[in-house]
Amino acid sequence: MKLTLRIWRQRDADSAGAMTTYEVDGISEDMSFLEMLDHLNEELILAGDEPVAFDHDCREGICGACGMVINGQAHGPERTTTCQLHMRHFRDGDVIDVEPWRAAAFPVVKDLVVDRSAFDRIIGAGGYVSVPTGAAPEAHATPVPKEAADLAFEHAECIGCGACVAACPNGSAMLFTSAKVVHLNVLPQGAPERESRVLGMVSAMDEQGFGGCTNTGECAVACPKGIPLSAIGTMNREYLRASVKRR
Amino acid sequence: MALATRTERSPSLIGFVWHSTVGKKAVMAVTGLVMLAYLVAHMLGNLKIFFGAGEFNAYAHWLRTLGGPVLHHEWFLWIVRAVLAASVVLHGVAAYQLSRRDLAARPARYERRRARTSYATRTMRWGGVVLGLFLVWHLLDLTTLTVNPNAQQGHPYENLVASFGRWYVNVVYIVAMLALGLHIRHGFWSAAQTLGANSPRRDRAFKATADGLAALLTLGFVAVPIGVMTGIVS
Amino acid sequence: MTEYTRYRTGDPVADTKAPDGPIAERWDRRRFEAKLVNPANRRKHTVIVVGTGLAGGSAGATLAEQGYRVVQFCYQDSPRRAHSIAAQGGINAAKNYRNDGDSIQRLFYDTVKGGDFRARESNVHRLAQVSVEIIDQCVAQGVPFAREYGGLLDTRSFGGVQVSRTFYARGQTGQQLLLGAYQALSRQIAAGTVEMHPRTEMLDLIVVDGRARGIVARDLVTGAVGTYFADAVVLASGGYGNVFHLSTNAKNSNATAVWRAHRRGAYFANPCFTQIHPTCIPRSGDHQSKLTLMSESLRNDGRIWVPKAKGDTRAPADIPEDERDYYLERIYPSFGNLVPRDIASRAAKNVCDEGRGVGPGGQGVYLDFADAIRRMGRAAVEAKYGNLFEMYERITAEDPYEVPMRIYPAIHYTMGGLWVDYDLQTTIPGLFAIGEANFSDHGANRLGASALMQGLADGYFVLPSTINDYLARHPHDEVPAGHPAVAEAVAEVTGRLERLLAVDGDRTPDSFHRELGELLWDECGMARSDAGLRKALGRIPELRAEFWRRVKVPGSGEELNQSLEKANRIVDYLELAELMCLDALHRTESCGGHFREESQTPDGEAARRDEEFAYAAAWEFTGTGTAPVLHKEDLRFEYVHPTQRSYA
Repeated sequence: MKLTLRIWRQRDADSAGAMTTYEVDGISEDMSFLEMLDHLNEELILAGDEPVAFDHDCREGICGACGMVINGQAHGPERTTTCQLHMRHFRDGDVIDVEPWRAAAFPVVKDLVVDRSAFDRIIGAGGYVSVPTGAAPEAHATPVPKEAADLAFEHAECIGCGACVAACPNGSAMLFTSAKVVHLNVLPQGAPERESRVLGMVSAMDEQGFGGCTNTGECAVACPKGIPLSAIGTMNREYLRASVKRR
Repeated sequence: MALATRTERSPSLIGFVWHSTVGKKAVMAVTGLVMLAYLVAHMLGNLKIFFGAGEFNAYAHWLRTLGGPVLHHEWFLWIVRAVLAASVVLHGVAAYQLSRRDLAARPARYERRRARTSYATRTMRWGGVVLGLFLVWHLLDLTTLTVNPNAQQGHPYENLVASFGRWYVNVVYIVAMLALGLHIRHGFWSAAQTLGANSPRRDRAFKATADGLAALLTLGFVAVPIGVMTGIVS
Repeated sequence: MTEYTRYRTGDPVADTKAPDGPIAERWDRRRFEAKLVNPANRRKHTVIVVGTGLAGGSAGATLAEQGYRVVQFCYQDSPRRAHSIAAQGGINAAKNYRNDGDSIQRLFYDTVKGGDFRARESNVHRLAQVSVEIIDQCVAQGVPFAREYGGLLDTRSFGGVQVSRTFYARGQTGQQLLLGAYQALSRQIAAGTVEMHPRTEMLDLIVVDGRARGIVARDLVTGAVGTYFADAVVLASGGYGNVFHLSTNAKNSNATAVWRAHRRGAYFANPCFTQIHPTCIPRSGDHQSKLTLMSESLRNDGRIWVPKAKGDTRAPADIPEDERDYYLERIYPSFGNLVPRDIASRAAKNVCDEGRGVGPGGQGVYLDFADAIRRMGRAAVEAKYGNLFEMYERITAEDPYEVPMRIYPAIHYTMGGLWVDYDLQTTIPGLFAIGEANFSDHGANRLGASALMQGLADGYFVLPSTINDYLARHPHDEVPAGHPAVAEAVAEVTGRLERLLAVDGDRTPDSFHRELGELLWDECGMARSDAGLRKALGRIPELRAEFWRRVKVPGSGEELNQSLEKANRIVDYLELAELMCLDALHRTESCGGHFREESQTPDGEAARRDEEFAYAAAWEFTGTGTAPVLHKEDLRFEYVHPTQRSYA
């Protein structure tokens, strides 16, 4: 396949960026999108140009490192991560726009690399169970109904890639935050910190400069792990409940 | 194992809620629902126009005596007006503040954007502005009668027929009611989501209710100018 | 014979920390005998932890909970992305919830046997003991393990064992366990007890007066090279499987931290013990950048087969039952498709070498779920393996519900690593290695679902107990400003980066990595021979020289420069690969993941030679390209008597 790529190039956080056009040839449909960019980068290096910087690591859709907006869609046209998007979903001669996640809370570091450390700070504000090592009771001391365990798992699948923020017209982190709130709040182990967790995480989310939720649902459509939009509703309920109960 | 204990938060529940995006959104949801409830009553009352001037004007008069003798003349109406005014202001201020925040949170656009959301969702902000402007005109026209061509206190039926006698008023009114329908269509479901009443099981029911309410209110309100235009009401 | 292969055998190395006495009491005794640090004094001690995977994340969180000041590093943009996250299948623990005859003793036995008797008994027994506490800890953290309808934890069985002791969270157990550790770590970061440095890569170890006192690290965003000091350094930087270029490791997983520590004096043990995972998706072409694992748990219900006839190109559905060879079930009737990884991998290689492989290039075997779907129903198969099937289909565009999966072995894990004693301390005092970075617990082959167990055992329970002893016994002092060892380490790091940028040759870093990887896969992969290893040992120094002559690294060192990061890691691979081949050459027996063609039984099974090789080979660095010194740690088996492994 032969493709025209229009890729966002930006030297560093302080520089202005621009879309730059590249032609690539010899793309196999079995390549992943990142392998296609590898191919471009190998050519750029040999031509004496700077390769395109992008975050990636596991390349099997679980670490959450990769992510770019492809033709206006976070992670591209399929519901998956960029590393698991294969070129068979494109056609010979396509023009493909590749941009970084765009959100005030995710400043561009270089090219397609953005700073998502705001997510870590949200988790640090309550996305855990306070159980120091060694303090745990026997695992079977508290049975957890299968439905609760499955619901928790479904929300714990979040990989923290940031596609939800990138897709949201408001740059909101509600889906990310609510996934963790639901995961821990539905489990008996998370119950003691149920209120402080949601209150802490929501205020951290606001402090990091994410926008609010206008219930557009873009986040859940973009999420490669299928975190449901209902998570946001549940977090809202938890938040209001905790606000009332908090004293 | 030295973890700081959580610091005390601001004492007032309302202040606390108002300062978070989720809380502010909840305020919008509650005020939106208040206004929605009012609109349902308002729309039903409007339909009395089809029973003639006598009944419609008597209904308008009754509204002023509602709650008596406990409430003084028009007190009920003023309470309703106060609640509505507060709702409009809170809804609008919260929307303005949240919108500013949202726009700041997403300063750059994408080169190519595929809208995957419904028209109703995308028009919430401008639809809200349109409704706000319409509300001002609507009050000047039929409540204060400032711009009403008939402007007779105590004769709402005649004032209304006079107002809808002008074609451009009908156009403005109908457009505004379509905007209202769209606003409710996304707004009602959104309020359920914001207040945490929604769940995967209830989602379809809420969406259907939202569609039903939007259609009902739009048709109910639009029936009046159409009635005037077609001469059913004169 | 190159100069490099003329290695010398030095003094033996021995673990001096594990107490004698009954094996079941050793861990308790060690904890009792270890000196403690007064809680009030702990905050004066700084511990550097490199890596935030299961081992590093859990260690950082636990040390901080204990009151130490922790300074932690990861090259990823967030500690949550360490490659432990990609582990799929599960985590072993001797809970015996199934009442199926499991016990600490059995997990200990299975692990020693599964490792083909090349692991240290004391360590493995401790691992089995601690395993039960790990599950308790993770459940309390909110790790959503799979549960049964009664609300209790579900388990499944895994390769190499006959009990059901593997706890799992669908096919994402590593992710869920890592997020548990990450959340515990995040809590400490927020509390200010852990100073986290993401996007920062350790490039050298600072050794002052014989003790590990800090690291040199590069900020990957600004390119700034900085020094960080501590009272002890813990390496939790993972394995070195990426030396093969194509592996199931994350693209940026690398050996730099451990290799630099090795260059500074830490012995490197058993580098040739690498694990080839039998169930990976075969490569689809030269563009392939990494390989994707399909969880071993698939072997619980999938049946592995190839056509009986060579060069049979019919579609799998067209091959009748009696023309199929379910070779694992045929050769190993009692374990069948659940034989350990090394055996399953080699069997796949053998049938492919016979010309009976399937798919492009004949490099694949079928993993067929047709029987399972018939037996359990499609819905049950979907519930158990749905996400794996989806992943397979996404990558290959084939539907595994309809067409059997094609799998082929790939490099997955490295049992070798920095030599450590019972306290997990390397031969450099104050330098500890945990998780995959050390060599300790898996011998010559790791059993499935044991990597997660070992990483968390080391990080949550073992290191936080043993490091106290070191910290309590050594003076708490500052590294003198301007100490020559510090300046020398910084100069070496910056000098190397400058040299890489200065070559300005005509080959990309990746092209060297690919070439090295292919060489290693061919000569030091699933089967190794004297001739092949010598060939590789001849080629590696040439490739290294060519690298320094022809590599092209664009950009500068003062910015985010991913080519520079990659090239810098390849420098270390080019040295490590040589040691791996030498280790493989010197170990003329077959054991676990190390199969020497010269040492096999008449029916082609690995032949171990305990009289000569019942030791761990710990290598001492003497210089790039110069022969290392071999230090042997003799392995004594008091509780599990070495036998030829039999899974037939």
